[in-house]
Amino acid sequence: MSFVVGLIAIGALALIFGLILGFAAIKFKVESDPIVDQIDEILPQTQCGQCGYPGCRPYAEAIANGDEINKCPPGGEATIKKLADLMGVEAKPLDAAHGEESVKKVAIIREDECIGCTKCIQACPVDAILGAAKQMHTVIEHECTGCDLCVEPCPVDCIDMVEVKAKPETWQWNLDSVKQNIHKADTIPVKLVE
Amino acid sequence: MSFKVAAAPHGHSQKKTNQVMAWVVFALIPGVIIQSYFFGWGVWFQILIAVTVAYLSESICVWARERSARQALRDNTALVTAVLLAISIPPLAPWWIIVIGTLFSIVVVKQVYGGMGQNIFNPAMAGYVLLLISFPVQMTHWLPAAPIAPYDLGLWQTLHTIIFEYTPTGYDVEQLRTTVDGMSMATPLDGVKTALDQGKILTEAYQQPMLGSLAGIGWQWLNLGFLLGGIILLQQRIIRWHIPVGFLAGLLVPSFLAHMFAPSIMPGPIFHALSGATMLGAFFIATDPVSAATSDRGRLLFGLLIGLLIWVIRTWGGYPDAVAFAVLLANLCVPIIDRYTRPTVYGHHSGAKHDAE
Amino acid sequence: MQDIKQFVESGQIARFPGGIHPPERKQPASEQPLRRVPYADELILPLRQHIGLSGQCTVRVGERVLKGQPLTDAALHQGLPLHAPTSGTVKAIEQRPMSHASGLPEQAIVITPDGEDKWRERQPRPDYQQRDKAELLDIIQAAGVAGLGGAGFPTSQKLAQQKPVSYLIINGVECEPYICADDRLMREHARDIVLGMRILAYITGTDKTLLAIEDNKPEAIDSMRVAIAEYDDIELRIVPTKYPSGGEKQLIQLLTGHEVPSKQLPIEMGIIMQNVGTAFAVKEAVIDDKPLIERVVTLTGECIEQPGNVWSPLGTPVDALLEYAGFKPEQQQRVIMGGPMMGFTLPITAVPVIKTTNCILVPSTRELPPPGDEMACIRCGACAEVCPATLQPQQLQWLAKAKDYPALEENNLFDCIECGACAFVCPSEIPLVHYYRQAKSQMRNQAREQAKAELAKKRFEARQARLEREKEERLERHRKAAEARKQMQQQQAQEASEQPSDNDGKSSAVAAAIARAKAKKAAQEDGSSTPAQPADAEPEQKSKKSAAVAAAIERAKAKKAAQQTARESDVEAESPATEQQRPAQDKSAAVAAAIARAKKKKQAREQQTSDDRASQSPDQEDKQ
Repeated sequence: MSFVVGLIAIGALALIFGLILGFAAIKFKVESDPIVDQIDEILPQTQCGQCGYPGCRPYAEAIANGDEINKCPPGGEATIKKLADLMGVEAKPLDAAHGEESVKKVAIIREDECIGCTKCIQACPVDAILGAAKQMHTVIEHECTGCDLCVEPCPVDCIDMVEVKAKPETWQWNLDSVKQNIHKADTIPVKLVE
Repeated sequence: MSFKVAAAPHGHSQKKTNQVMAWVVFALIPGVIIQSYFFGWGVWFQILIAVTVAYLSESICVWARERSARQALRDNTALVTAVLLAISIPPLAPWWIIVIGTLFSIVVVKQVYGGMGQNIFNPAMAGYVLLLISFPVQMTHWLPAAPIAPYDLGLWQTLHTIIFEYTPTGYDVEQLRTTVDGMSMATPLDGVKTALDQGKILTEAYQQPMLGSLAGIGWQWLNLGFLLGGIILLQQRIIRWHIPVGFLAGLLVPSFLAHMFAPSIMPGPIFHALSGATMLGAFFIATDPVSAATSDRGRLLFGLLIGLLIWVIRTWGGYPDAVAFAVLLANLCVPIIDRYTRPTVYGHHSGAKHDAE
Repeated sequence: MQDIKQFVESGQIARFPGGIHPPERKQPASEQPLRRVPYADELILPLRQHIGLSGQCTVRVGERVLKGQPLTDAALHQGLPLHAPTSGTVKAIEQRPMSHASGLPEQAIVITPDGEDKWRERQPRPDYQQRDKAELLDIIQAAGVAGLGGAGFPTSQKLAQQKPVSYLIINGVECEPYICADDRLMREHARDIVLGMRILAYITGTDKTLLAIEDNKPEAIDSMRVAIAEYDDIELRIVPTKYPSGGEKQLIQLLTGHEVPSKQLPIEMGIIMQNVGTAFAVKEAVIDDKPLIERVVTLTGECIEQPGNVWSPLGTPVDALLEYAGFKPEQQQRVIMGGPMMGFTLPITAVPVIKTTNCILVPSTRELPPPGDEMACIRCGACAEVCPATLQPQQLQWLAKAKDYPALEENNLFDCIECGACAFVCPSEIPLVHYYRQAKSQMRNQAREQAKAELAKKRFEARQARLEREKEERLERHRKAAEARKQMQQQQAQEASEQPSDNDGKSSAVAAAIARAKAKKAAQEDGSSTPAQPADAEPEQKSKKSAAVAAAIERAKAKKAAQQTARESDVEAESPATEQQRPAQDKSAAVAAAIARAKKKKQAREQQTSDDRASQSPDQEDKQ
């Protein structure tokens, strides 16, 4: 008899707690960003397409659907780690099939050679190239994400990808690099300044 | 010509970690000498074994973690842990007790948690508690103090007992504790507690042979010796006053109040202050920087908590002395103490915003 | 505000928490009178020596300049101009290693002194009170005066704030060990400094000026006391010696009893602080019409034979200064620009003295032993004890090592003034400030990257929107054109039905349309990619243009084809598309040349591995 009583008591408790939890889940629900937005926040927005998707948002959607997180070379290790934390998956090393992580670069057009064909302007995913047909094309350095998509279309191959110059503001106090830095004074900037 | 690149600042005050730890050991010496005077040579052997085992185990662990063993041993922290543990256990405890305790302290409590600076619990106290719970018999075989001891063991006899658990003449430690009239001598704290549990009042409890004028015979001098050591540390600014003061306040204020209300059954502050491991705990154990709170306010709170817990456990708990348990419990509270006692940073004081007039 | 006023009126000095007392070691350098350093063989002047943007260079290589002549124009950039420290010739304008902890290069003007030391024309202005404040600010800006206390903020900008100033504080504290540049300046040029203070007070419109000096400089105190005696609104405040009392935030706390709220500037509290050296520079700029071309630098340390303070022209390389003072380097010598607490080491001494250089320290290992290996943090709390900002350095260090940036924000990492007191006392010799600097720069970089990514995302989305819009417009246009055509056809059908004899009109319109379509198709086969346009372009010009473009693209295509057939002879790569090129001949020549260069480069790249084939230059240029 006490067995049955015990069973009923436990059952009743379970029911009550279940109701409370259900109620709490609805009443106290926290609205958070949909996962795709959160993933998109983490991605570097280079829109380069190296991951195989046409832009960062499509890749974000793919990740939300279970795609691998290690396909983004511009994001590098740091992005993979953040994605791993967010998605709760293991942080794998960058998939070499999609490219390698390298130093940040920006595109620079050798203006003497530019023929004004607008091919690169059409190719740039963030409209960082200023110019028009038959007019000079110039990359706005500040806006260039280094995605590399403009180099191929140029018929006269006048676009170079150069490393972003280290500046004292961006130097990360790596004392080991100091001895190398003093030798950087020997290089001439790509564009000769009058 | 190329010059050396270094990070600022380029000067340094001279007090280094290994020197700090060396001072701690130095300040322990007066107490240890008093301990050996009252309780025999045992403590020196325990220290010897503990230090050896500590250094060996720490170097093996650090080597296994692929770090420099010499670096790790250089900071003298293993030395301090070993000495504190060796002092805390009964001087005639068998050799394997101190070995197990030290191994546990260094390997599990310190190295497994991440090495120097990363342990949550006070290694010596965690080791002590392991021993106390696992080997209660050996860990409670405290000898009576020299003036009242039935036997006086020499150097070789002490060593023999520690190694073989029997004196050369065949007495075991239990027998060494028993007086001619068959009374087994407990520690003063133990004796008072047992008497109170039996319904006796304090004045009767204080009649027992192991009690002296203020507290236990031998034990009161021991505590004074550690108090001296503590003052040396304070004077040298090796430790700051917040933890000891908090500790003593947390222990003595409740005991004083309790003694006022119930003088027949609550021991007074002097008794508490000079019994057991009080002074050792206040100045040497609770002040272990790694497992204590970080800010000054936090440290006061930490010390208070320990003191209070010691008083509570001594009065109503199952164990006669409670320093180790109290310290470990407070260690658990350190993260939350730290979180809520963060000092206000410059420029963040409320009311610091000014409207220009 | 009221309580600040009360506090200052009472003349009290408050205290700040923490702080350390390192050995001062100001002597023997502080006991030597100021000397003047002769001009070095070359003076290196980085274009940017202050916080802000550099100006545009206005001189050319080979040009002769006079002493005090401006070398850059900062008008457009809100920066500060640079001036020639002496007369001479501009030897070069090139990248030189900077006087910065990183050693990174930056653009600098290099001048070779000619020994004549000839000034440009100067117009002294003793009557500064007759002038308008805005005019004085312009004079100060044009003279290139920056904060000489260490940060190098343009003084004119600091003074140009539109908020009311209750107190002007002149900082003569100089709390860092070894440095005594301000000390000597106060002893020897007290009147000039005070005149500078008056000018600053006039510009800021403040009622009261406080001059703060540390109590370890008794001679400077006496000297300044005499100089300010005649002014009622300047008061002397002597602060007890403690490092870092001279920090702006700490000094304000000492003199006013209040803290500068986090992330705000002292001007919000109605306070402006300037260094005594800056006051001196202001006087020279306004009254003597001398721009900022030299400053006092302390040369000290056991490895110098004649320690002391010198007037060093800006741009003097550090090795020239060391030679002047007698340099005896040791093994593993450190050359520190700045003091022992906040200075940075120089990997080479060919870097110049700039506006913010206050000391060159060359210590022996005996006086400043290099730190040993870093040991583990024992959470002793010594660092928190000495932090003047009441931070918790050991927490910050754990978090910085863990790269936990949100937690670092929460723990107020950016309130750290990088004074070095914590690292000074750390028993485990952990380079705390170094970790904070790394963490701060990483956090700043991250924020920058984040902002850039946001921008890129916005631009990408804008571009997508634009492409959508253009597509819509195109469809609209086609739809409208189709409608228009339909309408026209209907109309013509109507007309035809009304006037049956007008068949030719309709058929000619149709024929014209068919002709156009044919022409367009022909053009497309040529390789032209001109999109379909409504019928209003002039066919002939269009075909010429498209033909030229077609030719260029032909060539490019052919070049690409040549790439595919790896490393064969290159002459064939040029297609002979030369039919209709007469008008566009020059252009296509240039284009061809460009393509040729590009091709050459690509081939050179490909042939890197096989060296046997020299890249032959195509001879199309001769052909045209």
